[in-house]
Amino acid sequence: MSAFATPARRGTPPAATREARGGVLPWLAVPALAIFVAFGVIPLVGVLFLSFTSWDGLGDIQMSGLTSWWAVLGDPGLLHALWVTLLVMAASWAVQTPISILIGVFLAGHQRYRALLAVLYFIPLLLSSAAVAIAYKALLDPNFGLGAGLHIGLLTQDWLGEPFLAFSVVIFVVSWQFIPFHSLIYQGGVRQIPRSMYEAAELDGAGRVRKFFSITLPQLKYTIITSSTLMVVGSLTFFDLIFVLTAGGPGDATRVLALDMYKRGFQANLMGPASAIAVILVLVGLALALLLRRLGGGDAGASQMEGA
Amino acid sequence: MGLTHPTGLKRTSAAATEPRRRRPRPGGERPNWLGGVAGWLWLAIVIVPIYWILITSFKAQSTYYATNPLAPPTEPTLGNYQMVIESDFPLYFVNSLIVTVGAVVPAVTVAFMAAYAIVRGGAHRFLRGVNSLFLMGLAIPLQATIIPIYLIIIRLRLYDSLAALILPSIAFAIPLSVLVLANFIRDVPKELFESMRLDGAGEMRTLWRLALPLTLPAVVTVTIYNALTIWNGFLLPLILTQSPDKRTLPLALWTFQGQYSVNVPAVLASVVLTTLPLLILYVVGRRQLLSGLTAGFSK
Repeated sequence: MSAFATPARRGTPPAATREARGGVLPWLAVPALAIFVAFGVIPLVGVLFLSFTSWDGLGDIQMSGLTSWWAVLGDPGLLHALWVTLLVMAASWAVQTPISILIGVFLAGHQRYRALLAVLYFIPLLLSSAAVAIAYKALLDPNFGLGAGLHIGLLTQDWLGEPFLAFSVVIFVVSWQFIPFHSLIYQGGVRQIPRSMYEAAELDGAGRVRKFFSITLPQLKYTIITSSTLMVVGSLTFFDLIFVLTAGGPGDATRVLALDMYKRGFQANLMGPASAIAVILVLVGLALALLLRRLGGGDAGASQMEGA
Repeated sequence: MGLTHPTGLKRTSAAATEPRRRRPRPGGERPNWLGGVAGWLWLAIVIVPIYWILITSFKAQSTYYATNPLAPPTEPTLGNYQMVIESDFPLYFVNSLIVTVGAVVPAVTVAFMAAYAIVRGGAHRFLRGVNSLFLMGLAIPLQATIIPIYLIIIRLRLYDSLAALILPSIAFAIPLSVLVLANFIRDVPKELFESMRLDGAGEMRTLWRLALPLTLPAVVTVTIYNALTIWNGFLLPLILTQSPDKRTLPLALWTFQGQYSVNVPAVLASVVLTTLPLLILYVVGRRQLLSGLTAGFSK
């Protein structure tokens, strides 16, 4: 901030300065704020309110106290959905992070062909989750898919019919779609590491592996936190992919919270319990985001968010 | 931390190539085998399904079950594409286009104004609060708010209309757009703002004449990214629309798959057709999108 601004903000600002500093600027933020409040904040408060009501999606909304919460919390289905959600989150994080870092480091080199690879990697991100799920459903079909056509026994399995296989397919497809995105984030992170650090390490005779673990990885700390936050919060919203690919099945093997919410709310018309699940979803997301920020050290996380 | 492109990336790449040419590193440049193997392997994993989707979409349904799935079609046919185009796909395409343009343009506009205000008036209490609110919005799975949104849309009598899809899409796009745009506006040298101010330019003029031209690459990045997300959106159309003539492409794809699940080549042709516009957008704005995303997220 310029030297002019500081005293002006302290005392009663002269009209001209206030006009320039405070006058127009807050108004510029109002349109974004208004629409975010209307379709972001109010629904967020609304979902908490609706969790204390009963509503079938069409008729009147009636207050029903804690009925929905008791119904949801007493249902073993919820625990199961929560468990599946956490499993999907953990597994997709554990698969995506090492591969993304590896590919990101590789892509950070400035060779031309690596830039071409980056361009090709991005293609899965262009496809909608619905399209990806539809394509994989056909590709993995045990009778007419890739395995059957090539007569490879290993690939000819009832991929979406066995609980463990279906879960693995979900993790694979998620990784297929999102590893490229996280690789790009890591590529950017690696390129910001000062070269002088590597040169100093080389003078000390450090090898490639040593350099990776004592320079690259620690320097990527904030990138890892950013990427992990996006992965973890994002994994709470794998609704469309799972909905189209497995519809939560077989049985309820891949029934994550978001799907549970949809099925209770829009298929069973129980908006109260569905709202309670949505509240749980929000709380899980917030808790994880805060936890990851804490891991990065509160201050550093904050300054990173503000881009200072 | 303020690395941005194009100057920032150029600077790093120049710095990276320079020492390699002039002084060979002690120990020599050993290739990164593990990274190389992972890189090429991942390329195969990415490309094979896409290749399969593409070639299969040109096969006739009758030959699909009989041929090697990875062999290109012996008699390529456009029949599948014809069938898809002759169904209601053009209508769904137009719907998707209306929703995407109708949401992205206002979203990026209001997000840019807000990002500008947050960067320029960051000390203002109100703007600090707005900034924290948007940052919090990043951590919340907004899909979890779908039930109240459904209620609001019904009460506004917008259910089963394209406007019902546009309004929440704008709101969902705002937090990330503001974050990325603010990061880039922050990198504009303070002296430039100061000289605009000394010239007597107001905030609106500074926004238009200084901040916007200097951060245009970031604006392109955010626009493409939001267009991608909204074009591919599935949950909002699934819940907020009902009649077939209000469907957008991903939802149409899903119902089409339900109807023609035996005709895999036609289903895959529809997958290709729904992705085509994004592919074109990507080819045009690729450089901007990739460097913008890496710079925007890795701060």
